[in-house]
Amino acid sequence: MSVEARPHGGIGESIKRKEDARFLRGRGNYLDDIVLPGMLHMAIVRSPHAHARIRGVDTAEAAAMPGVVAVVTGELMAQHNLAWMPTLSGDTQAVLATDKVRFQGQEVAAVVATSKYAAEDAAGLVRVDYEVLPAITGPQQAKAEGAPLIRDDKEGQADNHIYHWESGDQAATDAAFMRAHRIVRLSTHYPRSHPAPLETCGILADVDPATGKATLYMTSQAPHAIRTVFALVTGLPEQNIRVISPDIGGGFGNKVPVYPGYVVATAASLLIGKPVKWVEDRTENLISTGFARDFHMTGELALANDGRMLALRVSLDSDNGAFFADAQPSKFKAGLFHIVTGSYDLPAAHVTADGYYTNKAPGGVAYRCSFRVTEASYLIERLVTNAAIELGIDQAEIRLKNFVPKDAFPYTSATGWVYDSGDYEGAMHVALEKVGYADLLREQAEKRERGEFMGIGLASFTEVVGAGHGKDFDILGLRMFDSAELRVHPTGKAILKLGVKSQGQGHETTFAQIVAEELGIPAADVSVEEGDTDNTPYGLGTYASRSTPTAGAATAVISRKLREKGRKLAAHLLEAAEEDLEWERGRFYVRGTPERAKTIQDVAFAAYTNLPEGMEPGLEGVHYYDPPNMTYPFGTYAVVVDVDRGTGVVRTRRVVAVDDCGVRINPMIVEAQIHGGLTEGWGIAFTEQITFDEDGNCIGSNFMDYLLPTAWETPKFETFATVTPSPHHPLGAKGVGESATVGSPAAYVNAVIDALAPLGVRNIDMPVTSDKVWAALRSAGVTE
Amino acid sequence: MNVTVTINGEERSADVEPRVLLVDFIRTNLALTGTHIGCDTSSCGACTVLIDGEPVKSCTQLAVQADGRSITTVEGLAHGAQLDPIQVGFHEEHGLQCGFCTPGMMLVCRALLDRNPDPSEDQIRWAISGNICRCTGYMNIVKAVQHAARAGAAPEPAPAEVAQS
Repeated sequence: MSVEARPHGGIGESIKRKEDARFLRGRGNYLDDIVLPGMLHMAIVRSPHAHARIRGVDTAEAAAMPGVVAVVTGELMAQHNLAWMPTLSGDTQAVLATDKVRFQGQEVAAVVATSKYAAEDAAGLVRVDYEVLPAITGPQQAKAEGAPLIRDDKEGQADNHIYHWESGDQAATDAAFMRAHRIVRLSTHYPRSHPAPLETCGILADVDPATGKATLYMTSQAPHAIRTVFALVTGLPEQNIRVISPDIGGGFGNKVPVYPGYVVATAASLLIGKPVKWVEDRTENLISTGFARDFHMTGELALANDGRMLALRVSLDSDNGAFFADAQPSKFKAGLFHIVTGSYDLPAAHVTADGYYTNKAPGGVAYRCSFRVTEASYLIERLVTNAAIELGIDQAEIRLKNFVPKDAFPYTSATGWVYDSGDYEGAMHVALEKVGYADLLREQAEKRERGEFMGIGLASFTEVVGAGHGKDFDILGLRMFDSAELRVHPTGKAILKLGVKSQGQGHETTFAQIVAEELGIPAADVSVEEGDTDNTPYGLGTYASRSTPTAGAATAVISRKLREKGRKLAAHLLEAAEEDLEWERGRFYVRGTPERAKTIQDVAFAAYTNLPEGMEPGLEGVHYYDPPNMTYPFGTYAVVVDVDRGTGVVRTRRVVAVDDCGVRINPMIVEAQIHGGLTEGWGIAFTEQITFDEDGNCIGSNFMDYLLPTAWETPKFETFATVTPSPHHPLGAKGVGESATVGSPAAYVNAVIDALAPLGVRNIDMPVTSDKVWAALRSAGVTE
Repeated sequence: MNVTVTINGEERSADVEPRVLLVDFIRTNLALTGTHIGCDTSSCGACTVLIDGEPVKSCTQLAVQADGRSITTVEGLAHGAQLDPIQVGFHEEHGLQCGFCTPGMMLVCRALLDRNPDPSEDQIRWAISGNICRCTGYMNIVKAVQHAARAGAAPEPAPAEVAQS
């Protein structure tokens, strides 16, 4: 392929990814691939108990092992005022336990040694004397009278309650319930799951003993924010901290928080004066770092007889684990859960949420989700399907009857969200047509006659992604904006530096395409850099589908600013008036005489070589973009399942996904994001769960117990698009990375419930495993 | 103990403890970091390499077991500027996102195509079912294998976006 034949790579082109070059050759540079001279290795000693008092820690035997350089205990960390650290939710979390351990897997000590093997060997020889205490494994136990107090370290904390939070209008909601003809109720547990990126979390901390400069290579989705948090936690001056996120092997929210291992490794490097590497093994990842969900929810939907929705009432208990370490905007204790009215024009809604400490791992992260929107979307979509079943109305019809109408946007929801745009009916109609809904209903009726269980599941989700605006969305006070710095070189090639950080989303391609569109430089000539806080502008990072809404917008704006400077340069070169110039992608020309033109490359060269009198040289700039609103992607998913009456095995026969994320910058990448989300959503619906026994032992601590979908059971997907541009995003784009994980679990489960509806089955908690389905069939009297 | 292997056509040896895992030997002693560690329990396949052409999860084999054998890692798939058709397939069909599972995944696919040059979709899905990908949902990986199957076994020039500069 010649250079001339390369695509320009503007918006809407499915160009192939630039970042593939290194990954295809095994030349990716992930955290554990980095080796520094003199580097030491760290292993963490973890609690085998869910709740226990520490009577003593004996490190003598471990310290005497060959290769061991240091054994770090909570006591040593306390001497440096680092035994505890603040969490992203305004709580505190133990770095290394000093008083008690509060979940199985909690960090108690760390061994630093000359090799990974030596560190692990010695970690097994640290003797910890525990007095085992009763464990609490759920909110019901946590709030029971006489329950053991988990956070006795916190002054004034008399029970295990963390927060109470409300949204919406209680009086209006109660009044609507009084008028309701029907009330449909659903209690369900959205189970604890784990993002489980294939690469675990880790750090290589390199504190230079001569200069005090701390270079922290870290698997972080938010390197700039982490730098600031580290400065606050450790007291190191922020200019002496450089966070470098190298290639990241998947994040899905797991790599947003600061984990104790990061702090210990940094402290160890500071004290020892050598680089210290810590990389989790899989069990450490699953039992101690950011889990997701674990919401016990009860929803009630008030309806008129004709299926019109009158009001929604939700109460929920959140299981937050031993420390309140949710990674979410500070103002919202239950994340963005109050988007729970979803796609429906509900006149009234009221939500109450209560968080509880339990003896489980902390760190509720948004597993491919915008801060609890997944739980919200699941609840409303399950309720709507149950309402359809109860009222004898078709699932699609009840949705169409209650959707926020297309002409009602911008729409203010009953809980105060301002939806920017939507066409819910449009996406629904595409989904019904593509899945062949009418034929499926006929097929289902025939199969029901024959005693076969086939189900059709629908879910019409609305997401809320792209935090901020900074006025309402912040993390520890840091406003959730993002940034882009664009430097156009004299030869017309460019480098774009961003505050966000890809973990597989294809930023090096997608963001180059925005420059290609807006500034006319071919995408192949724009390199994209992220992840090094010394060399990129400040930003809040990549999670909650926010990169395109924030950094994408910043890239468009800075490209346009440079284009306007380019216009002045072109006018100078063409000896024409600025207002006489027209722009078409890649060149300015004089109106009426298109052959009198200068390309963006001519203009870039002139910016360094031939400037008009008084103009500042160069063609570079930075823009910080604080979005005016969130973006609200949406869609309808339709799933068809067949349930085996003998075994309870659910076979997912069809998955039709219609997504509307506004303007698609690279449709190939968008579609693949949706494939991934549909797969993770399938895993959550059918296989993934972190469970605990009554003593708080974590069941699900490796990939033999925590079941991720493989190619064999993952269904095939049929994906379609509608396009409703965001009215406030410069490109009309919305976030999309998480839509499918948010929207699909309800569609999968609704399909199973639809299959079993004639038996009176209205709920099976996720994961919907064949044994649960089998039990539901048997208790309804179904025999083989 | 001394372990000698032929890795990507080159003879390499190192002294290691008998307990050292093959994956650590490859990554640490031989400094070939394209082979990854994902789970430690042979569940995810990120550590997959080919030993005498057969896929092996190198996190659950000892280095000493590979003594005298021939190993192919992801670094050995390309022939200079020419890519293996499976690499071209993964690129053209967008079969990778974060790239972490990609080396193991491509090696399993290479071994599949070596024994079955024209696999069905079910055969592809079964062959890669020991390797977990968290990003792609597998559909594009299936297409990547089909793309490579159409191309045959001969190395191909790298497409421009991924050509070595």
